[in-house]
Amino acid sequence: MANSCAVIGVGQTQYKTKRLDVSMAGLLREAARRALDDAGLTWRDIDAIVVGKAPDLFEGVVMPEVFLADALGAAGKPLIRVHTAGSVGGSTAIVAANLVRSGVHDRVLTLAWEKQSESNATWALTVNSPFTTSLVVGAGGYFAPHIRAYIRKSGAPEHIGHLVAVKDRENALRNPYAHLRIPGISREMVESTPMLWEPIRYLDTCPSSDGACAMVLASEDAAKKAPGKPAWVQATAMRSEPMGFVRRDNVSPQAGKDCAADVYRQAGIADPRRELDCAEVYVPFSWYEPMWLENLGFCGDGEGWKLTEAGATAFDGDIPWNPSGGVLSSNPIGASGMIRFAEAAMQVSDRAGEHQVDGARRALGHAYGGGAQFYAMWVVGSEKP
Amino acid sequence: MPSDVNHVVEFPGGYTRSVGPVIGRFLSELRDGRMVGVRTSGGRVLVPPTEYDPDTGDDVTGEFVEVGPVGTVTTWSWVAHPAKEHPFDRPFAWVLVRPDGADTALVHALDAGVFDAGAEAPKFLKTGMRVRPKWRAERTGTIGDIECFLPEVTMINPQAKLEFRLSGGRALHRYLEGIAQGRILGSRCPVCEAVIVPMKETCPRDGVPTTEEVELPDVGTLTTYAVNNIPDPRAPEVPFVSGYVLLDGAGVPLLTLIAGVPADQVRMGMRVKAAWKPREEWSPSVGNIKWFEPVDEPDVPFDEIKDYL
Ligand SMILES: [Zn+2]
Repeated sequence: MANSCAVIGVGQTQYKTKRLDVSMAGLLREAARRALDDAGLTWRDIDAIVVGKAPDLFEGVVMPEVFLADALGAAGKPLIRVHTAGSVGGSTAIVAANLVRSGVHDRVLTLAWEKQSESNATWALTVNSPFTTSLVVGAGGYFAPHIRAYIRKSGAPEHIGHLVAVKDRENALRNPYAHLRIPGISREMVESTPMLWEPIRYLDTCPSSDGACAMVLASEDAAKKAPGKPAWVQATAMRSEPMGFVRRDNVSPQAGKDCAADVYRQAGIADPRRELDCAEVYVPFSWYEPMWLENLGFCGDGEGWKLTEAGATAFDGDIPWNPSGGVLSSNPIGASGMIRFAEAAMQVSDRAGEHQVDGARRALGHAYGGGAQFYAMWVVGSEKP
Repeated sequence: MPSDVNHVVEFPGGYTRSVGPVIGRFLSELRDGRMVGVRTSGGRVLVPPTEYDPDTGDDVTGEFVEVGPVGTVTTWSWVAHPAKEHPFDRPFAWVLVRPDGADTALVHALDAGVFDAGAEAPKFLKTGMRVRPKWRAERTGTIGDIECFLPEVTMINPQAKLEFRLSGGRALHRYLEGIAQGRILGSRCPVCEAVIVPMKETCPRDGVPTTEEVELPDVGTLTTYAVNNIPDPRAPEVPFVSGYVLLDGAGVPLLTLIAGVPADQVRMGMRVKAAWKPREEWSPSVGNIKWFEPVDEPDVPFDEIKDYL
């Protein structure tokens, strides 16, 4: 990948339980227009379009790339769809970035979205077959045993998850697009909400959101002409692993560790906690912050909860995690990964407004999906690599 | 309740009314399926139009402006028990509708759909909702040319159904053959030597074909679990426990339902045994095992299960 690639435009929609005011195409166009405006471009300036969304059954829309082609200005242009479950937003951005880095295209529009209100994700995750035990437990029921295993292995006290639930929602109050905005959010408030999948309480979980995110990725030449400050893509990595195999570590999957090691190696990062200024990490259940702190190498095994408890990941901590409010505050599943990538880019290009981390020059965007099977990560920076 | 009428006064043929150029234009446009308002000298658009500005008494300008047909409900009243004279014999709403481009609203009926007599107002009925007129096929130039207003189409409900034939492949087929006889079959990997259950043709870890079929006991250890409190018609009554059971001799835990023990007494390391459905209900399906339930044995220490979490 000899060529440079930069994020020159970011567009997000308002994230809400139901965006009944727009069609799916309208939702995407809202994000795309904002990204194009941010990049000072029109549909005509775009060379290729790369879209991603979560599994088709999630919103009951099969092959959206077919019906969305004209809505996304793709007539006569290449349009690619990417699909890696919940991590898809991140993988989509990486495919788009590679089209630029390989020198194939100068300006690529990439989008990811989900209109969760159109269907029922728990239903989609629980389609019956004679081969598997169908438990109707949804994503929370799937991840809860692994969280329990983390707590048992690390000896973390039970309130750690609640600290993350509060921190990310406090951050969301600074983000105008965030879905959940809970003024006065407190640990007591989280602890008083119903236990959904022990040990996960209601406010330890992400909401179901409608929303879309778009970015314009550009070559070095194209980035020079952009009106705003570019966010340079310094490294990208993807990994996957099967869902069940002998001695799989469900708490800290190997594919996640390998993906992180790869992205740091490419970016020349030896110590992510010191060398990154902030991170947007896919944390759909609050306990996944300490779990991913360890998986992503920000600390040793069993130490993640101590960083959270000490406030290291807070907005004013030494390594702020999810200054946007994260997945815990807005979760249009297919878009959630791209939002992490886009928010990381916003941080290093001074686009983050009220939730801007002072002096952020290098940031990590992270996404995972499936049964923690798919990983996508990028490091973006204010300096060209 | 007032008693039924028993006396009627009616002028034969009905009175006539000349409508003048302003109301007349409004009614003529209605007959053509359009709605117009009239502009006042202050710039407001009155619908229905009047010959004067009701605020000042001045003549209106005579400039007619096409408005709507879509409009916004500015207020409404739900009629749960319609009277004989009402436009519907089922619940409906009276609404004030301000057509797009107009500064005033007109009153009309809104057909909100089919409801039983006495039903409460539907949730979608709101100030601010968008509506459009339903025109009569035969129009004569009266406000009745609009039969009623209807909510704008905001959502459709396409039905989707896929039919397909499932095939699990050789290994799963063999596994289900075993399950249909009450046996749990796994396959051994020649490299890591672990037993994979349900059996697979290749080891997902080492990528080599498995070589040996192994029958496993239906007894094992619960490694980790969730207590689920979300009710669902397809799920057991809440709270119910889902968990991973490492069968004795297996290298991969099985996801299953845990029952026969109160949810708050479930433990990591608990010894459990399969509860099979009655033999006459068996089929080639994992559903032959209802759940796993505790057996009276001491718990397995955490160290022995920590690599299977
Ligand atoms: Zn093996």
